[in-house]
Amino acid sequence: MKTLIQKQLTKIALVVLVSLFSITQVAAQSGEIPRTPSGKPDLSGIWQAMTSAHYDVEPHAASEGPHPGLMGALSATPAGLGIVEGGRIPYNEQARRVRDENRANAIDNDPLTKCYMPGIPRANYLPFPFQIVQSESVILIAYEFAESNRIVYVDQPELESQVDAWMGHSNAHWEGDTLVIRVSGQMPDTWFDRAGNHHSWEMVVEERWTATGANHIQYEATITDPNTFTAPWTVSFPLYRHVADNMQLLEFKCAEFSEEYLYGEWRKPGTPRGNPPQ
Amino acid sequence: MKSSIPLILALSVSVCGFATAQSGDYDAPRTEYGQPDLQGVWNFSSSIPMQRPEQFGEQEFLTPEQIEAAVARQQAAAAAADAAAARLVINPDAPEATSNPGGYNDFWVESAGIGDTVRTSHIVYPRNGRLPPAVEGAPRQYGGLGPDIPSTRPVRFVVGGIAKDGPEDRGLSERCIVGFNSGPPFTPSLYNNNVQIFQNKDTAVILTEMIHDARIVQIGDKPELTDDIRMWSGDSRGWYEGDTLVVETKNFNGLRQTFSSTGSNTDMVLTEKFTRRAFDTVDYEFTIDDPATFTDKITAIVPMTKVAGQLYEYACHEGNYGMFNILRGERVEERRENESGEQ
Repeated sequence: MKTLIQKQLTKIALVVLVSLFSITQVAAQSGEIPRTPSGKPDLSGIWQAMTSAHYDVEPHAASEGPHPGLMGALSATPAGLGIVEGGRIPYNEQARRVRDENRANAIDNDPLTKCYMPGIPRANYLPFPFQIVQSESVILIAYEFAESNRIVYVDQPELESQVDAWMGHSNAHWEGDTLVIRVSGQMPDTWFDRAGNHHSWEMVVEERWTATGANHIQYEATITDPNTFTAPWTVSFPLYRHVADNMQLLEFKCAEFSEEYLYGEWRKPGTPRGNPPQ
Repeated sequence: MKSSIPLILALSVSVCGFATAQSGDYDAPRTEYGQPDLQGVWNFSSSIPMQRPEQFGEQEFLTPEQIEAAVARQQAAAAAADAAAARLVINPDAPEATSNPGGYNDFWVESAGIGDTVRTSHIVYPRNGRLPPAVEGAPRQYGGLGPDIPSTRPVRFVVGGIAKDGPEDRGLSERCIVGFNSGPPFTPSLYNNNVQIFQNKDTAVILTEMIHDARIVQIGDKPELTDDIRMWSGDSRGWYEGDTLVVETKNFNGLRQTFSSTGSNTDMVLTEKFTRRAFDTVDYEFTIDDPATFTDKITAIVPMTKVAGQLYEYACHEGNYGMFNILRGERVEERRENESGEQ
């Protein structure tokens, strides 16, 4: 029978072993994170989210699409667990009514139908890839959708938002291995998803990009907008690196694909659409 | 009131820059990956012509006397513009403005140029600084700010139109598909002649202000893009030759012109070279090779000047009520004509 001291020593040894194992695991994980020559996590690469938050950031069951008679199941909305922490967006009463109005005719009112730039955070969970090109004082994030992009100024707080922009103004700093980006000056016209979730001109988004391995980034964004929400709220989801050798961003200049939707009403009757075959 | 001092400074800086460039003793700063650091916002506006006036023959640079004469001409033009503006503002007896105020005032227009002003032309090859003859049968199409010039679709030019039947009849910049100076290759134009360059270990990005076009250049060995995928800005691959970033672009979609109102860019191979000549100067050299359009290659040099500022978002399509109004206006006009014809 073991003495009390022996039992205590065994417990301490176990705790030390477990701790050592955890430290080794963490070290192995962090060791896998690519780093720049200056030692910062290197987030450069082509990334994409795997969620259906683009349809609805809140938890949602699958549902019929906007043109079932025309497109059948092709236009149906896939189910999704949502990316909003706590499940629901804390709208104030007036903003909730606006959301409901938006939702009633979402396919027509969604700015993406017109190929307008998606804003932040929506650009990060569209079903399109995006590329991060990281250097020391600026980071470019180029999105395939609508060829939208944003310049992220690192440790340059003196560069403030001058005019509102569809992709906002991004100021960043590093907190340990996490890149923290404050996005301000966004146009009020962008939505969070195709379910009518919206915001006002006052929205500020604080993003946290944390590499959790060579091919994963944990993304979080906290949205603050007293005009629209009763409290700040947060979305979070992982981003996955595209690892195929031949992966590259391609063009999706969707302005040309939205022309009939936007201007078709004013086309000369009988005029063919598009260019003749080349 | 507009001052002529910036003009003189620009010319002086350009002359100095030219001397520095020629001496070749500038050590470009390095990125953290050891590459020549080309990053930052650069302005490529210019007041010199793309093609060389014929009287200069093969003379690539202006002589000191010619520079002096150019300065005098520009000062005189600026003084005349200032005087005209002052008359309108100060003198209550000045004649009333005409009904056409013009599209832009001096605030917008960058025709003075802050980059190279000592060259006789941007084109340096062919050696006479002129475009080579076009290949017989190469498509030609002319746009511009005047009345529409009837032609057939596709419209490959950037500004103007061939008709107003549908959006496809308008120039590519009016449709917000490509910027009117963004190329590739990008070339000096009326305004917004700004580009920002980004670099990391295996990528460079050429971001032109119009229309927020981030052209991603893959550096190093990557599998070729299939010929089946064609794009407005092509597919760009790059490498470093000493202190020069070289970018080769292919896979254009054939829906734009090769250069100067000519061609269809389907088979164009564009080679661009970015070389930092001084702290505030990058030489941008581009060569167009399209045997289906021109009988010889075309090489041009457009020096770029560093700008201490940010590149702002140029959101063209999101506010393009111009297209809506052009088409709607034409339909209203047609309806009125029909109604008056019926009476």
